[in-house]
Amino acid sequence: MTAVQTIGTGRPTEGAGPDGPTRGERISALAQQHGALVTLVVAVIAASLSFDTFLTTDNLGNMAVSSAFLAVVALGMTFVIITGGIDLSVGSLFALGGVLGAWGSRYGTVVALLLPLAVCGLIGLVNGLLIARARLAPFIVTLASLLAARGILLAITHEGATTYLVDDTSFFARLGQNKLLGVGVPVWITVALFVLGAVVLRRTRFGQYVYAVGGNEDAAALMGAPVARTKTTVYALSGVCAGLAGALNAAWLVSGVTILGSGMELEAISAVVIGGTLLTGGFGFISGSLVGVLLLKVIQNVINQIGSLDSAYQQVVSGAFLAAVVIAQTWLGRRRRML
Amino acid sequence: MTDLALRRTSADRDRLLRLLQEYGVYAGVAVLIVANIAFTPHFLSAENFRTQAVQVAPVLIVALGMALAIGSEGVDLSVGSVMALSTSLVSLYLGYGVWIALITAVIGGIVVGVANGSLIAFIGVQPIVATLALMVAGRGVALVLLPQLKDIHDPGMASLGSGDMLGIPYLVLIAAALALVVAFTVRRTTFGRQLLAIGDSRPAAQLAGLPVRRVLILVYVCSGVLAAVAGVLASARLQASDPTSLGTLMELSAITAVVVGGTPLSGGRIRIGGTVAGAVLIQLLTATLIKHDLPPSWTQIAQAVVIVLAVYAARERGKR
Repeated sequence: MTAVQTIGTGRPTEGAGPDGPTRGERISALAQQHGALVTLVVAVIAASLSFDTFLTTDNLGNMAVSSAFLAVVALGMTFVIITGGIDLSVGSLFALGGVLGAWGSRYGTVVALLLPLAVCGLIGLVNGLLIARARLAPFIVTLASLLAARGILLAITHEGATTYLVDDTSFFARLGQNKLLGVGVPVWITVALFVLGAVVLRRTRFGQYVYAVGGNEDAAALMGAPVARTKTTVYALSGVCAGLAGALNAAWLVSGVTILGSGMELEAISAVVIGGTLLTGGFGFISGSLVGVLLLKVIQNVINQIGSLDSAYQQVVSGAFLAAVVIAQTWLGRRRRML
Repeated sequence: MTDLALRRTSADRDRLLRLLQEYGVYAGVAVLIVANIAFTPHFLSAENFRTQAVQVAPVLIVALGMALAIGSEGVDLSVGSVMALSTSLVSLYLGYGVWIALITAVIGGIVVGVANGSLIAFIGVQPIVATLALMVAGRGVALVLLPQLKDIHDPGMASLGSGDMLGIPYLVLIAAALALVVAFTVRRTTFGRQLLAIGDSRPAAQLAGLPVRRVLILVYVCSGVLAAVAGVLASARLQASDPTSLGTLMELSAITAVVVGGTPLSGGRIRIGGTVAGAVLIQLLTATLIKHDLPPSWTQIAQAVVIVLAVYAARERGKR
């Protein structure tokens, strides 16, 4: 978990009064920033004590790879949510990216990766332009592109009847399935992307704009931040991430499965929120989203291990968990404002 | 051009936009009907009208609740899961009679509504997140109660699903009655006015001493109950309980109907007539495309375009 902790640790100055943060503020801020991490550690310890099968290489490896795809989607979503927006289209874009990747893999790995990135990035760009330039509500624009992307997906798969397969000897398939130092390649790619994302968010001017736009759009505009361009970029970025995650997933499964991705936007939003990023915008961190994804996957894994519980309980627990986290987050936020 | 003339053209444009927003959805429905009469064989048959009306009924009922939520500057993403929950409860309790099953389903809707409303009103969670949590958990509970599709063999449910009165299907009558009740509630009751005031500006409503929390909880209870009723009716029509797929993407259709109907997402205004027309518009659009052998994928793309156009037309007004 050390890798996670070193990738940026929120914004320590957030909410600080003129005399610096008080003790209560510091505790609230710590709980908000690291609550998910503490919960994850507790969950992992509890799971490894309860199930011999939990801490096996196979189980951890599977969990890591299956977390990787959601994590890449959540990475893009984090940027969007920090600007105060939301992207509901990522599940559809994930599925579309997978199908395009599988279809494109017959023309080589470059096409298999570039085609989904280009198409999903373009749809993300259109989302961004409609939201930033035409000033439409993010929630409704991305709702529309959720429908549209699924429509396009159905159209290119002949209403879902055609499944495009990836040649499992191709480089593209190996990109999804091979291991490096015992860890799946998608996991490495995900880790690299998170490091890159954290650097962009923390250390670049664009990252500052993302926080500024989410904190107060009018103030950001007065400060000279390119509000519209920043917003457009984060939605394009989210589309690219979803497309890439879909393509990697197709490489892993060696086929472009059309039924994937529904409900994924909810999982990604949950992960980001659980990770401490505020849905109101202006505050959040990349590492938290990774922790959020891992927490969701550990819970799913534990529920799977309790053989007598069927997958329906996963949804009950995830929903209750999301509610609990949001209640805690709202409460902590309010407490910090009041102190 | 003089200053006055300039101002007049801009006022004209504003009025045109407003007209488009207020009546655009009715114009859309009219255009679709005329186009269908001209180009679709057998469109003008009682059988076809009946089919379309029966199909639109559950969507419309859910959209009525969604209109209330959106009018309060919220949204209810859990409606599809409430439909799934209600279809599971119907199957479980049908043994005790249709009425008991129906009441249980409605109670399920009330429980979800109270949970949504409490999260939003008391804890201050954003509606989109609160109802998201209930959306995930609700379908989970529905699947715990009834893990897979189950046929319904009950004469009462059969007649509810396919019976009619004076040639009008029960489903359509119920949907129409509920639309009237909701329209009356919005326009003529204290609750309706308080709801719109809260949607317009929650801080102002709070300062004015309105019972904000109670009204918000009631809004989500209404939405839950309407979704539960839609779930019962959909089960009656299908003669089966299918908690896995019943109501999936229903929140999208309902939001589309409301938004296309001219209710602004920023709250403070509710157009029930527009919502009815919006639901009919989407139904007709889908039916038209399918009738003309365009694959279902196209209907999704078309629906997406309609949503964006409707919101684009509405963007000049409201608070953003």
